[in-house]
Amino acid sequence: MADAASVRSFASAVSKTTSLPRHPAIVRITHWITTGCFLALLVSGAEIVISHPRFYWGETGNFFTPALFKLPIPASRSSVPTGYGFVLPDQNGWSRDLHFEAAWIIVFTGLLYTISGVVTRHFRRQLLPADVDLNWAALSRVLADHMRIRRPGAAEAGSYNVLQRVTYLFVIFVLFPLMIWTGFAMSPAVVSAFPGIVTVLGGHQSARTIHFFASVFLVMFLVGHIVMVCRAGFKNRTLAMLTGRVAATPKEGP
Amino acid sequence: MSSFSRRKLITTAVAATAGVSGLAAAARIAERYGLIPPDHGGIYGPGKVLTYASHRLLTRDTFAREFPRSQISRRPVANGEVPDDEDFKRLQSGAFADWRLAVDGMVARPESFSLAQLWSYPSRSQITQLICEEGWSFIAEWIGVPLSHVLNVAGILPQARYVVSFSVQRDWVDSIDMADALHPQTLLTYGMNGSDLPVGHGGPLRLRVPRQLGYKSVKYINRLTVTDSLKQFSPGGSYAWYAGI
Repeated sequence: MADAASVRSFASAVSKTTSLPRHPAIVRITHWITTGCFLALLVSGAEIVISHPRFYWGETGNFFTPALFKLPIPASRSSVPTGYGFVLPDQNGWSRDLHFEAAWIIVFTGLLYTISGVVTRHFRRQLLPADVDLNWAALSRVLADHMRIRRPGAAEAGSYNVLQRVTYLFVIFVLFPLMIWTGFAMSPAVVSAFPGIVTVLGGHQSARTIHFFASVFLVMFLVGHIVMVCRAGFKNRTLAMLTGRVAATPKEGP
Repeated sequence: MSSFSRRKLITTAVAATAGVSGLAAAARIAERYGLIPPDHGGIYGPGKVLTYASHRLLTRDTFAREFPRSQISRRPVANGEVPDDEDFKRLQSGAFADWRLAVDGMVARPESFSLAQLWSYPSRSQITQLICEEGWSFIAEWIGVPLSHVLNVAGILPQARYVVSFSVQRDWVDSIDMADALHPQTLLTYGMNGSDLPVGHGGPLRLRVPRQLGYKSVKYINRLTVTDSLKQFSPGGSYAWYAGI
C-alpha cells in the first residue's frame, strides 16, 4: 500500500511529465467504496457459510435432506456433519451485522455509479465495446494476449480493451444485480412482499445456492482483475485509480 | 479569489447544516412511525435502521409464503437442546397439564393461561417455511392460536410497543414489535403436522413468527411481557433484533 507522501510525489511526478486523464472522480470514489464493501461482504459471507457449508436446490434443505454439494471445510456448528472432529467458533453475530451494513452501502454506491455512468455517458463511451472490436478476430487476439498474460501496450493506458469492457459490463450488470436479487430472495420478509423473486428461482435454497455461485464468480473476477493490474504495472494502475491520471508513456511494457 | 472561497465556505456550511438537520428531522419522523429498531446504536446501527424501516414500510399487509401440504418436509429439523431441568421434566411427565403461560406488563388484565385455555380459543394452522440463520430450512404445518387473540384477551394498553417472550431456556429471551405480534400469521403454536408440538420443536408451546428467521420463534414459552421499552431486556443479544433480513 502506497503511503500518502509517495502518492503525492508520484502524482506531482506524473503531472510534471506528460500524464493523461484516466478515471473520473466518481468512478474512483465508487471503485474504492465498492472494494471495501466487497471485502467486508466476502469475509462475513464466508463466516456465515461455515455455519452450514452444505448447499441444496429447491425450496428446503437441511441435515436430513441430500445436499447438492458440500464444501470440504469444517463447520461452526456441531449439528452439521462435516467429517472433521472439531467445530469452529461461531462468529455469526457480527458477521451478519457487517454483511447487511456493507450490502446497504454497496447498493447505494452501485446506484450512484450506475446513474452517473448513464448521465455522464461513461458506460457508452468507456464500457460499451465498439462495433469494430466485436468480431472473432479482434476478440480472439485480445483473449490470446490475456491468456499469455502479456503486458498491455501504451495504447491501452488510456482506455479499456474489448475484453475488459465485456467483463466489466458482465460484473456490473449481471453478477452484482444477481447477488442483490438472490440476497433479497433469501429474506422471508422481503419475499412476503414480492414472492415472485424467489419462486422464479425455484425456491429459498436455490436462491442461496445461486448467491454462493455468483460470489465465487465475483472472487474469480477479483483475482483476474488483480493479476491484470499487476501485469499492467501495479503502482501506475493503482495510482491511476487514486489520482485519476496515468503516465502517458509508462516505463513498463513493450 | 478570497471572496470566492468565502462564498464556497458559506455554501458548504449551509449545506452541511441543512444536511444534519434534515437527517435529524428524518430520524424524528422515523421514530414517530416506529421505523427505528431498538438495537439502532453502534457501527452496525445504520444498516439495521435501513433494513427495519424499509421492511416495515414494505411489509405492512404482507403474508409469509404458505405452501401446499405436499411440500411439508418429511423430517422437520429439531435444532438445539431439549431442556433437561427437573421442573421441565416434571411438567413433561404430567403431559404439560400444569404448563402456564403468564401474560403481564402493559395489559389491562394480566393472566396466566393453561394449555387447555389456549386450546379452547379459535385455532389457526399455516404451512410455512422455518428458515434458520445458519442457512438450512424446512416446511411444516404449524397449529396454534393467533398471538393477537391472547393479547386481546389480556387487553393491550395503547402505549404497548413490544412483546417479550420468555422461555424455559432462560438465556432465550426475545421480543417482537406490535406489527409482528398482531400479525395474523404470528401464532402461539401447540401443534405441528397434525399432532401435538414435539418437545424437540419447542413443545408444548412455541411462538411462530414466519416473516422472520427461526431464532425469533422462541421455544418453550411460559411468559409474555407487553412493554413500551426493551431497555431492561437487552434486545437481540449478539444477534440482530430484527430478523426479517
